[in-house]
Amino acid sequence: MFSGLLTKVANVLRGIGHKLVDQLWRFGGAVRFSGYVLLYSGESFRRLHLTIREIYFTGVMSLIIILVSAFFVGMVLALQGYNTLQKYGSSEAIGVLVALSLVRELGPVVTALLFAGRAGTAITAEIGLMKATEQLSAMEMMAVSPIARVVAPRFWAGVISMPLLAALFSMVGVLGGYLVAVPLIGVDNGAFWSQMQANVDFREDIVNGVIKSVVFGVACTMIALFEGFDAPPTAEGVSRATTRTVVNSSLAVLALDFIMTSFMINP
Amino acid sequence: MTDNIVEIDNLSFGYKGRQLHKGINMAFPRGKVVAIMGGSGSGKTTLLRLIGGQLKPTRGEVRVGGKVVHHQDRDGLHTLRRKMGMLFQFGALFTDLSVYENVAFPMREHTDLPETMIRDLVMMKLNAVGLRGAAQLMPTELSGGMARRVALARAVALDPSIIMYDEPFAGLDPISMGVVCNLIRSLNDALGATSIVVTHDVHETFSFVDYVYFVGNGVVVAEGTPDELRNSDLPFVHQFVHGEADGPVPFHYPAPDYAAEMLRGHNV
Repeated sequence: MFSGLLTKVANVLRGIGHKLVDQLWRFGGAVRFSGYVLLYSGESFRRLHLTIREIYFTGVMSLIIILVSAFFVGMVLALQGYNTLQKYGSSEAIGVLVALSLVRELGPVVTALLFAGRAGTAITAEIGLMKATEQLSAMEMMAVSPIARVVAPRFWAGVISMPLLAALFSMVGVLGGYLVAVPLIGVDNGAFWSQMQANVDFREDIVNGVIKSVVFGVACTMIALFEGFDAPPTAEGVSRATTRTVVNSSLAVLALDFIMTSFMINP
Repeated sequence: MTDNIVEIDNLSFGYKGRQLHKGINMAFPRGKVVAIMGGSGSGKTTLLRLIGGQLKPTRGEVRVGGKVVHHQDRDGLHTLRRKMGMLFQFGALFTDLSVYENVAFPMREHTDLPETMIRDLVMMKLNAVGLRGAAQLMPTELSGGMARRVALARAVALDPSIIMYDEPFAGLDPISMGVVCNLIRSLNDALGATSIVVTHDVHETFSFVDYVYFVGNGVVVAEGTPDELRNSDLPFVHQFVHGEADGPVPFHYPAPDYAAEMLRGHNV
């Protein structure tokens, strides 16, 4: 009886230990993978057409979802902001509220979350299927590094696309906010834009937003690439890898956002 | 056998606690077509990956052109692989590239040939496999046999001295099978290459290869020319060549006693 209980406890501990060691190995693998991607990055600039092609697939093809979402987010921000600000008699500050929310936080964060859902999953599934159908092995056997040919161009495409998408998100969000605040609610047009111009700082707000989006671009794209490259070559393996891409990217974006914001804000 | 381009010497390999190869010795002479045969899961494809340097042996070595494969650094391995062509089981064509671009891929990666010359070479390779007319099709528009032939054209794009075929007949109809057999032989002879064919298709293979190795239980259980093996009395070879359900290669995966298991109920 007692020995049976001991065996069960030992098995549970062994299971936890195995999982821990597996996760450590995976983390080590991810770090090594990231190192290789950076090492082979020269190739993606030497053959720029590969990177440009990937910018089209990851960046341009994500435009619709990003822009439509931005429009709605901007409109909701204006509605909610006006509702609160008017209680304090400062409804003219709606332009600043919309712009700062978008440029500092929502632009980079929501773009990264949408990017992980749209482009990140596509990258993971594509690379996972290339692995499952032995395309990566075939490339290796042709003395062509899959990391240089397949992974590095996608990485740089993601890193370049993300800040551009975030900038467009913020722009369209401000436009959505404007349409709700000025023509619909009746906030003064001049006050909307002049307050925004006066209170949004280039270095403190816009540059910090760009820095965030670049970091999110690195994190989301690297996670998507690693999950695809590491996926077991089966239908189930690719499916799980795709799910992990969304979950891990979203968590990474939110955690990194908190860390960066805490450094950027000077109370 | 002399002047071997590939030599496998006392090779052992295993993973996840399973010993797949236990001291395998093989030699592949220049200019010959050699088959590696054996049941499913006997580690035939793994042997090709060991020759290509995608896996490292746990003991022993594989030499290609006199060089130990697993001692090579990245550049050395790439130099060796440029002399090799490999046909994967289901072709492994790049699905985002057309048939033409698939065959042009190794040329674009490893040569600075002008576009006109690449075009001529690609068309020449595609013509050799009878698919010049399919140059602009995408891999998804090809049948299994056609995909295999395009992959073959890609594998020989740079005129390799070693061509490896992983199950080239799997899932092919009899006509495509005959076509692929002829292609393997004729391309090998035309290029002066050495071909290594991994398969379990006895009758097709025996019709065109020069030498055969039978692999089972992690070792080479028999070897010889197709004629020698056809007349072999070895139980393993006899079972394999005549397609008998049971013999040295058991039909059943190792399992506890059937009656005892049935009596125990449905606890699998």
